[in-house]
Amino acid sequence: MHSVNLLITGVGGQGVVLASDILAEVALVNGYDVKKTDTLGMAQRGGSVVTNLRIGEKLASPLIGEGETDILLAFEKLEAARWSPYLKQGSVSIVSNQVVPPLTVSLGKENYPSDDDIVRLLQGFGSEVIILDGPQLAWELGNSKVLNVLMLGALSTRLPFPFENWQKVIEERLPTKIVDINIKAFICGKEAILRKAT
Amino acid sequence: MKKLLSGNEAIAYGAYHAGIRVAAAYPGTPSTEILENLARYKDIHAQWSTNEKVAFEVALGACYAGVRTLVSMKHVGLNVAADPFMAASVTGVRGGLVVVSADDPGIHSSQGEQDNRYYAIFAKVPMLEPSDSQEAYDMMPLAFEISERFDTPVMLRSTTRVSHAKTVVDINRERPSKLPEAVFRREMSKFVALPVNARRRQLLALQRMEKLAEYAESCSLNYIIRGSQELGIIASGIAFNYAREIFPEASFLKLGMSYPLPKKLIGCFAQEVKRLIVVEELEPFLEEQIKAMGLTVEGKSFVPRSGELSSGLLRTVAQKNGLLPLTENKPLALLADDLQNLPKRPPLLCPGCPHTGLFFILSSYGLRKGGADGSELGPVITGDIGCYTLAAYPCLSAMDTCACMGAGIGEALGMEKAGLKNKLVAVIGDSTFLHSGITSLLNAVYNKSSITVVVLDNRTTAMTGHQQHPGTGFTAQGEPAMAVDIVALAKSCGVANASEVSAFDIRALRMAVKEAINNPELVVLVVRGDCAAIARKKIEPMFVEQEKCVNCGVCLSLGCAALQKGNQKTQINAQLCNGCTLCQQLCSPQAIKPLHAQEGLNA
Ligand SMILES: Cc1ncc(C[n+]2csc(CCOP(=O)(O)OP(=O)(O)O)c2C)c(N)n1
Repeated sequence: MHSVNLLITGVGGQGVVLASDILAEVALVNGYDVKKTDTLGMAQRGGSVVTNLRIGEKLASPLIGEGETDILLAFEKLEAARWSPYLKQGSVSIVSNQVVPPLTVSLGKENYPSDDDIVRLLQGFGSEVIILDGPQLAWELGNSKVLNVLMLGALSTRLPFPFENWQKVIEERLPTKIVDINIKAFICGKEAILRKAT
Repeated sequence: MKKLLSGNEAIAYGAYHAGIRVAAAYPGTPSTEILENLARYKDIHAQWSTNEKVAFEVALGACYAGVRTLVSMKHVGLNVAADPFMAASVTGVRGGLVVVSADDPGIHSSQGEQDNRYYAIFAKVPMLEPSDSQEAYDMMPLAFEISERFDTPVMLRSTTRVSHAKTVVDINRERPSKLPEAVFRREMSKFVALPVNARRRQLLALQRMEKLAEYAESCSLNYIIRGSQELGIIASGIAFNYAREIFPEASFLKLGMSYPLPKKLIGCFAQEVKRLIVVEELEPFLEEQIKAMGLTVEGKSFVPRSGELSSGLLRTVAQKNGLLPLTENKPLALLADDLQNLPKRPPLLCPGCPHTGLFFILSSYGLRKGGADGSELGPVITGDIGCYTLAAYPCLSAMDTCACMGAGIGEALGMEKAGLKNKLVAVIGDSTFLHSGITSLLNAVYNKSSITVVVLDNRTTAMTGHQQHPGTGFTAQGEPAMAVDIVALAKSCGVANASEVSAFDIRALRMAVKEAINNPELVVLVVRGDCAAIARKKIEPMFVEQEKCVNCGVCLSLGCAALQKGNQKTQINAQLCNGCTLCQQLCSPQAIKPLHAQEGLNA
């Protein structure tokens, strides 16, 4: 595998950091070099958050530059569009069909971009766009908190890591009580993507 | 054992394995997790101190007693601790003393940007700069050895992308099973900084730096990576990794020990390459010293001097400077406008935040617009640093100043003494008050002030991720401790009018604020309410009965993320709402109700 650059984006409180921690750990278990850095501090208070995660043989920079991202995993649609300039030609964007309006939108002062606007931006920067009905799928599983692991399941279809390694890390990282539901969510996300592909 | 660790986790591991006995810190991004990780080890003493100066002095005492000690803080924390830091350089150490300074280039979460590498020159102490977590882990034992061998504090300077990036670390050491016990050996000429002693030790410090400069030449942390002779790059810290990414072919001089500089090594390297550049984040710290050696070197002529550096940015400026061929981001030119139009998402006070009510009242306390003569109407609200600084943003817009921790009380006093006619309200968080507000409050009482001081008591240091402090009742290591009574503390400073009010009772809060502001004497008002992010006791969410909502927008001016302007009337996002009831208390048509009332309605 050549090195893979991933951006995971969302809104503070959506579990971006936990998801990226799991992914980074899985890459390490598979024997790769990993570098990852998250937005921390003030921005976590409901602000826009992003994780830069790089996987490869030997990496130097922990940050990904504009036009260098292979995979964008977005937990929120506006936060997918915001990071579009970082996408590479031929990249893929997996976007959860979720809207969290920023305050200016809640107050009616600015407009939330339409789905068309968002897709146009992502495609404009050369990315294939997959919109996944994350919130709906998580709701069907009966737990909205598993959305981040569900998105990892979707992402897993684009990475060469065996299921057992994902399972192992999820078991290690999460409290025993919620492991089963998260494994279910992982599989659900994975199958949802595979259904889209066929 | 290979582990994925952040720089801060690696620093903690490294220090623990190097045998530290004591660690002290005050929280501050991006340094906080160092002490949080050390606090888990029960065989060392790890403490949150009230502020960085105190933390430093605790560390100094521990090292005087002969044990290895670590003190950590964010960049501006070292400003607070600068006095004992300078003193420690004069007295020297007994057990090794490592000072971790974590800088925040790009100001992700700070009040300013500063390059703390200059503190190493200023204080005459050696400095190490890790580039990733492995280096941070590996440098720790060496840092303590240098400290003990050269009788000096050692500065380990990290930055956001070292402290907060997770990289792979081979953990290949263990904590020594036998460590020296604490002993204090008197040495008046060393430990008592009387002028006669200090003068002599000042000279020793200069000699020490000469020896350290010699040591730097052969130190394993400074090394050359031979690549193409066309381009030679000198770099330290995270900038080294950005430069390696962008110029994989170039020759490198990597400086893991970046003060004092290995001048001979730099001279040799300069001779080996045709073009010499320095890649460094923030100030031209290395560049200016290298230029002073008489060498020709480029750096800040094209690498920005402020803001965070990144591999992407370095590529762009290198292209502009002719070091790399130009590439074009065509879509960016086409789509720039669409990107510009995306709504921003600044951070917000959380739904249920105990700070919201107070700032709502301050924001609606009379007119806050400018008067006809250009002077501002209404109270001037001098602020401070913490989550509550977010109240400076619209819609609350209820903070007028924020300079550095603890500054608000002094500023209000200064405005009063300058003769300002406005009422003055200083607003300060509990952790900040205990960090550097107490002495300012005492000073205000002493100088016969009549300002209002509001202490926002959410029983935590929320902004930096909820650390304990002397008001919370727990130590850093989770042991029960005394919890200071802020009202009693204020009274003992001589404040006659000190009282507490609930953060979630709008009417009581409004009355208390009004009384305090109009009181001709100094008043301390403690606004008490648990931080929503740790209390987590989600009370029942609210909803808006659409028929009753008159769309007056009063609730929206709380700036709560759970309140959303619908197509016509206001709505509440039940997922986000934490049921604090502030909006309910403000809703005069009584359209806002707890969710269970909705079921009654539908039935
Ligand atoms: C000298 C210095 N040290 C540390 C910090 C980091 N910092 C900013 S605000 C703050 C304390 C916030 O706690 P508190 O005053 O209780 O307010 P809260 O965030 O809980 O509302 C800290 C530790 C800083 N900005 N400056």
